[in-house]
Amino acid sequence: MSPRPHIFENIGQIVLLFWHTLRSLPLAWRQRRKVFDQFLEIGNASLLMVCVLSFFIGGVLALQTGPVLVEKGLPSAVGGIVGIALAKELAPVMMAILIAGRIGSAMAAEIGSMRVYQEIDALRTMNIDPIHYLVLPRLLAIAFALPMLVVFAIMVGWFGGATVAEINQHMAIPYQVFFADLRSMVAPKDVANGVFKSFCFALIIGSVSCHQGLTTMGGPRGIGRSVTKAVVNSIILIVLFDYVITRILLH
Amino acid sequence: MNASASPANPASPAYGVDLLVRGLHKSFDGLEVIHGLDFEVLSGEIFVIMGPSGSGKSVLLKHLIGLEPPDAGEILVNGESIQSPEIAAKYRMALVFQSGALLNSLTVGENVGLYLTEHRLKTPAEIGRIVGEKLTDVGLGDAVNKMPAELSGGMKKRAAIARALVIEPQLILYDEPTSELDPLSSVVIGQEIWKLNQRTGVTSLVVTHDRDLAFGVADRIAVMDEGLILAIGTPDEIKRSSLPRVQSFLNADFKREPHL
Repeated sequence: MSPRPHIFENIGQIVLLFWHTLRSLPLAWRQRRKVFDQFLEIGNASLLMVCVLSFFIGGVLALQTGPVLVEKGLPSAVGGIVGIALAKELAPVMMAILIAGRIGSAMAAEIGSMRVYQEIDALRTMNIDPIHYLVLPRLLAIAFALPMLVVFAIMVGWFGGATVAEINQHMAIPYQVFFADLRSMVAPKDVANGVFKSFCFALIIGSVSCHQGLTTMGGPRGIGRSVTKAVVNSIILIVLFDYVITRILLH
Repeated sequence: MNASASPANPASPAYGVDLLVRGLHKSFDGLEVIHGLDFEVLSGEIFVIMGPSGSGKSVLLKHLIGLEPPDAGEILVNGESIQSPEIAAKYRMALVFQSGALLNSLTVGENVGLYLTEHRLKTPAEIGRIVGEKLTDVGLGDAVNKMPAELSGGMKKRAAIARALVIEPQLILYDEPTSELDPLSSVVIGQEIWKLNQRTGVTSLVVTHDRDLAFGVADRIAVMDEGLILAIGTPDEIKRSSLPRVQSFLNADFKREPHL
């Protein structure tokens, strides 16, 4: 392998890694402890940040749209706009970006240092497949954790929007009215849309970060480079796939 | 030398494996580091590869355990290529890494038992017992619950040997087992290598630049430099070798030159 693999080679390797991980799914039950540990770590590390972030995203969304809509005589649209924007777009994408930074980086760093310090070679000599041992638990954990965090983020975001809509004098929309408007505009399908998206993003973050970790070269600097690349590549792919998935889901 | 191998583990009669290397070549980024190696390690013997740092010894080891594919040539374990997919299931092989390469996220005990846990070969209670046994064998009986980061360099190496012992290998490779160790710890490691070989008849291959270790444990020695084998023979034959490069490596000595 050349020291600087071509971009398509990289994408190919990521797809292959994902495919191998899928094929090792029957081993998931064996690795349940590790899946659970990873799952807890993702939740632990991110829950508070998810709350703060989504509360303020919901709040600022209400703040930006609310006064204008009220002025135009459409106060009943505030709940709907905040509700739909969060459920279908903002919560999945923002949380995916947050998790790419928070968890993707950790995955790349951990696996990368294992690679640099020959721990992965040691696993191989013991006939333990690093994909089964390292990648599968991480990918499974994030594939469950991120959608759950997104459901949580959507609800906290709605609450943030409702709070701002009630407190802000230009809107002064009571909680009950906000949520009644929201319920009349947001269908369960919209939330499902967002959750499905976040599931896809989770697979992207997991595959990209684990692949980056496994291909780390050089010493500590290599680990740093891998972490940066894992986060940047994950975010780029998240934004790209966001468009593609949205386009597909519109039909 | 082969005859000296003990009858080994009664459960598996042909214990140690034969290792044959033929015409091995390897380059990295266009730079050839191994230029055609040929040698055979017989079942049950302790074979030492000696050579200065950077002579291609560690790269060779990675080939011998199948971590690196050769550019040309072949490596045969009991006549089968190391690159064939079934080989790992057929023969048990272990590499003791120079740094130990213990998994830093696991305790020493978990590291040593990893092979058994992951392959589900034993019940947790049995694994606990075996791990305790092997760690006691290498003098680390009280380190079961420590993390690798708490161990000294020598202890890490001994833990890595314990991890290899758990596999009950038929071929064991040691990468610089005494580097960075004081003379006393080196002797302990050397004795471990010899004891394991005598007890089980495992084929042992040691890569080192430690002359004392090499002449202490070896049945046969190969001297390697710049990706080539200069000489192969019993310790006595190597000592009597007339090749200047072999002699200069064996007899290199630090001298205090008087200031002029």
